[in-house]
Amino acid sequence: MREIGAEELRHIARGAAILGAGGGGDPYIGRLVAEQAVLECGPVLVAELREVPDDALVAGIGMIGAPTVMIEKLPAGEEAVTAFLMLQRELGRPITHVLPIEVGGMNSLAPFPVAASLGLPVLDADCMGRAFPMVQMVVCTLDGVLAKPLVVADEKDNAIVVDVSDNHWAERLARSATIRMGCTALLSSFPMSGRQARDITIPGTLTLASRLGRLVEEARRERVEPCQAIASFLGGRVLLAGKVVDVMRARDPGFAKGEARLVGDGTSCLLAFQNEHLVASRDGEIVASVPDLICVLDVEGEPVPAERLRYGQRITVVGAPCHPRWRTPEGLALVGPSAFGYSHEYVPIGV
Amino acid sequence: MHIGIDVGGTNTDAVLVEGRSVLAECKTTTTADVTTGIIKAVSGLQAGHSFDPVAISAVMIGTTHFVNAVVEGRGLAQTAAVRLGLPATKALPPFVDWPQRLRQVIGGHSYLCHGGHEYDGRVISPLDEDELRGVARDIAARGVRSVAISSVFSLVNGDFERQAAEILTAEVPDLFVSFSHEIGRLGLLERENATIINAALRELAEQIADGLTDSLTAHGIAAPLYLSQNDGTLMDLEYARCYPVATFSSGPTNSMRGGAFLSGLDDCAVIDVGGTTTDVGMLTNGFPREASSEVLISGVRTNFRMPDVLSVGLGGGSVVRETPNGLEVGPDSVGFRLGEQALVFGGDTLTATDIAVAAGLADIGDAALVKNLDRTLVSSVLDHVCDQIATHVDRMRTCPAPLPVVLVGGGSVLVPDEIEGVKDMIRPEHHAFANAIGAAIAQVGGEVDRVFTIEQNRRDEVLDAARQEAVDKAVAAGAKAGSVRIVEVEEIPLAYLPGNASRVRARAVGDLVLEEAPRRGRA
Repeated sequence: MREIGAEELRHIARGAAILGAGGGGDPYIGRLVAEQAVLECGPVLVAELREVPDDALVAGIGMIGAPTVMIEKLPAGEEAVTAFLMLQRELGRPITHVLPIEVGGMNSLAPFPVAASLGLPVLDADCMGRAFPMVQMVVCTLDGVLAKPLVVADEKDNAIVVDVSDNHWAERLARSATIRMGCTALLSSFPMSGRQARDITIPGTLTLASRLGRLVEEARRERVEPCQAIASFLGGRVLLAGKVVDVMRARDPGFAKGEARLVGDGTSCLLAFQNEHLVASRDGEIVASVPDLICVLDVEGEPVPAERLRYGQRITVVGAPCHPRWRTPEGLALVGPSAFGYSHEYVPIGV
Repeated sequence: MHIGIDVGGTNTDAVLVEGRSVLAECKTTTTADVTTGIIKAVSGLQAGHSFDPVAISAVMIGTTHFVNAVVEGRGLAQTAAVRLGLPATKALPPFVDWPQRLRQVIGGHSYLCHGGHEYDGRVISPLDEDELRGVARDIAARGVRSVAISSVFSLVNGDFERQAAEILTAEVPDLFVSFSHEIGRLGLLERENATIINAALRELAEQIADGLTDSLTAHGIAAPLYLSQNDGTLMDLEYARCYPVATFSSGPTNSMRGGAFLSGLDDCAVIDVGGTTTDVGMLTNGFPREASSEVLISGVRTNFRMPDVLSVGLGGGSVVRETPNGLEVGPDSVGFRLGEQALVFGGDTLTATDIAVAAGLADIGDAALVKNLDRTLVSSVLDHVCDQIATHVDRMRTCPAPLPVVLVGGGSVLVPDEIEGVKDMIRPEHHAFANAIGAAIAQVGGEVDRVFTIEQNRRDEVLDAARQEAVDKAVAAGAKAGSVRIVEVEEIPLAYLPGNASRVRARAVGDLVLEEAPRRGRA
């Protein structure tokens, strides 16, 4: 186990924004909340999966709702602990480790305030390896680990415990409650044993985010263009370096949906997004596709979220492989192109 | 006849304008007290074109004084931040991400109270009058005279901020109140920060407003006085006393609007080449496009209306070097020491101005001193400048259609007449005074920026209502009713929200009622 303090939280936030692949929300607010918690309660211990005992009780935490609302209605701070403790009460025994549900975007830092105030370690792992828009889009679903029970708590001291038949229902019920709560809430669920966590979750992703963030910061200090380094660090490649020449947005409530045309190095590519960047194609041929990560970066290595894409931006598109579990037939059924309404087959990113 | 004045960090520029024609122009050095420089500038105008002070119908001033006060941390008042939103927002109290130094200067008086709304207008918790009276007493006991009030989703409903102000001022009658819903946008921390900065500037704003009035009275000018806002519209002096923060980025905005005005174009790119930097901005409908992201002011994150300007470290004073990695122009500049350090003035630093003189583009200093410069070097520096500017213009575009470019500023001699991707390059007359001319454009505006719940088939109704509200606000700010037009409507569906909530922004602008404006009153 190692300690994570305020400085490393900054690196994680920066790296997590890139792993958000265009979505997941700006980690700024999450980072400030985590920093406050660490200043108040001291550094947080982070445990590697191999350090977790078989009989440990692990549970996940993350924010659900609209990042646009979160930047206005800031959290109270207690709702995360409330959700977590209520889950513990339902489970009837102490939870020993806090599991990040989503490493991409603002949720990467959600476990830290809970871990700091309860004195629990955070697992160096997560359930998506990137950002996804729905509760059921976690590796847990593939192994039958349910969001059961599921707790959703808001800043007004409201909380509900939901029993669900599967993780798709968890998404529907949690989302409805969240809207009534004012579109931001904390969700705690996915209880599992230490052994399950080791077998199922995606290992090392907090450290990955942290190293990624550090890499970008160092590149900036040395004034080198970081995108190539980001691509190789993630085991991926630069798909295109060029500029945005057209952005077409579709009106679809709840989604920043649309397509952007990018041109560079004598080639052009089409990027489709729905909150996250989902498909990159060249002359009608898919070059990268969800669930692989498509990260759009500016010249300084800062991620460009799908809602902020606009004409004239100089960008580099990096494609990076997703966790291998997502590439299996059941993984693709859950988070592959068809889950987002695309008819094409998944094309794994070539390195 | 009216007067436009731009008070920059180095120069104070003034123009005397009648309709679309510039009758006189004058450049003087900015003085520490601002007003002396203005008095000199107005005298300069008198010398250039004698006028009867009574014939002046308005004076418009753009100033960087307030933003500089924040950057330098001087003249700031002790300020209380009162936030309404409990139990929400407690995790991040006011001043949370401020630089220590600035927080100390302002005092860091922070109060979390009940109140606030949800995105759809529901109440988070009702106001607690006793709680607010307690806050008022504490504020009074600390001797604080200025307060910033911010309520969660006050852009959806600003009532709580106003009600809280009534309770506070009932206890502390001479309190200055700044309302977040009148200053910033969605994003509580950033809007609250902008409101706190505004509150901290209130005393300084009083002094400056009085000083400006006095300096014009000294010239016998009794016409109403207006200050330029970040978006290029004007506010009257009484409004400026309340909202000094709205002047922060008026400098680049005025240059861009002035350039557009001089060229007669409403949709164009404007390149302002100064001594140290080049600013590139885009105008649509005569107004600069606004930045969509957060803006750091002296280390504080804010989100108030700022023009989207791309600044590059390239200007007349930029230092030129040949390095093993190739040619470098800037970002360092000899700045105001150009007159001693540039080769054409007998100095020993090769600057962009020397290159322009050597290439015959400019007649500054002694051309003989640069006649032996390597021709290849000269042309490659010019190519480099041209490339840089072309790239930046291209980055600022929003569509691939060719766009006319207006060139202003003293350093614009560096820019050749033809740039890749630019159809028409225009260098208007008086371009060195574009900033003061921009200040003199007499327009006022109104804006709406809120989250609306849009029910099915009622989208047009909602958008119309937002437009109308913006128009009403512009008229309330002093616009001639018939002249108001909508310059911008933007609708952004909220991500990760399956309801029908959209953030709608509408902006309206109209011509200032000049003749009917009361003397030095609220227009």
